[in-house]
Amino acid sequence: MSGFFDRMLGRGRDNERSASKAKERLKFVLFHDRISLPPEQLKAMKEEIVAVISKYVDVASDDVDIALEQNDRNRNIMRAEIPFSKNSEKDGQAPSTSGDASTPATDTGP
Amino acid sequence: MGAKAITVTSGKGGVGKTTTTANIGVSLARLGKKVVVVDADIGLRNLDVVMGLENRIVYDLVDVIEGRCKLRQAMIKHKQFTDLYLIPAAQTRDKTAVSPSDMVALVRKLRPDFDFIVIDSPAGIERGFRNAIAPADEVLIVTNPEVSAVRDADRIIGLIEAENKGPGQLILNRVKMDMIRKGEMLSATDVTDILAIKIIGIVPEDASVIPASNSGIPVTLNENSRAGLAFRNIARRLSGENVPFMDLEANSGFLQRLARLFGQE
Repeated sequence: MSGFFDRMLGRGRDNERSASKAKERLKFVLFHDRISLPPEQLKAMKEEIVAVISKYVDVASDDVDIALEQNDRNRNIMRAEIPFSKNSEKDGQAPSTSGDASTPATDTGP
Repeated sequence: MGAKAITVTSGKGGVGKTTTTANIGVSLARLGKKVVVVDADIGLRNLDVVMGLENRIVYDLVDVIEGRCKLRQAMIKHKQFTDLYLIPAAQTRDKTAVSPSDMVALVRKLRPDFDFIVIDSPAGIERGFRNAIAPADEVLIVTNPEVSAVRDADRIIGLIEAENKGPGQLILNRVKMDMIRKGEMLSATDVTDILAIKIIGIVPEDASVIPASNSGIPVTLNENSRAGLAFRNIARRLSGENVPFMDLEANSGFLQRLARLFGQE
């Protein structure tokens, strides 16, 4: 019955809606075109960011969320949510200076 | 400073740049404007045939730039409109025969005598494109509601902005309302949403466009053509008029919907 109304309103069935597929694919490809960063490189960059942070704190890598936002053509923002593991105070992983674990000492060398 | 220079470009070939240029030129002339259209597609001259002026060419753009003739000698007067001229591209040369500064100098000479200078850009993003946008006050980007054309348009918009000619305005050509209704084609809203750019024209797919090109009489002169009306509307918007977008669904009356309802599928 809904198909009847869809046709009445001139709409196609869901599997015919290639236009929304086109829109989705274009948004994706243009996003990468505009920042000159192909998807594979973006993925590598995210992994590197997490790797760098992991050198200092334990990262809950499954919950990492790094996203790029494009508000208009020339405004690109990267937002990262990188949660630390619950047991980030575990033995041996704490910074060498026995400071507050939540604020790693800035003089901790790489 | 006289005329406004408008460049019509697209990135992708075959989306209707030349047809659009010819129709905008003729539509502006119909509004009583003094217009010169310039074919900047050196080596692939086409604007002359689309406008029905191919038999009158003696000198071309490169002849002017290289000083073999006076500017006036390369300007071909339109058959119907006395204030409409064409400067044809050279057919036997290539894009390197012209530089962006040559184009700027040419347009500077044309400005005092006209209201609009409409420049037809070649496809691509190389020299020919740079020549065409160098003198532009405004850039119109022609695209079709189709992934490859939209992607190329986005690239062009980026390049135009980098040249401080941006952001430009969009003309969506060959729009098929019946396909949009079925969700099989990107709508004008989809495309402007994706490209984040202002739209100045929505031209429906229209079977009268090709016959118009065949006979060298741009479709805008066909009063019954919906594409013609769309081009006339673009010209009015370019002249500063506030023209609402035409109802592209006008063609699909109740009877046609009924036919679809009981028809195939």
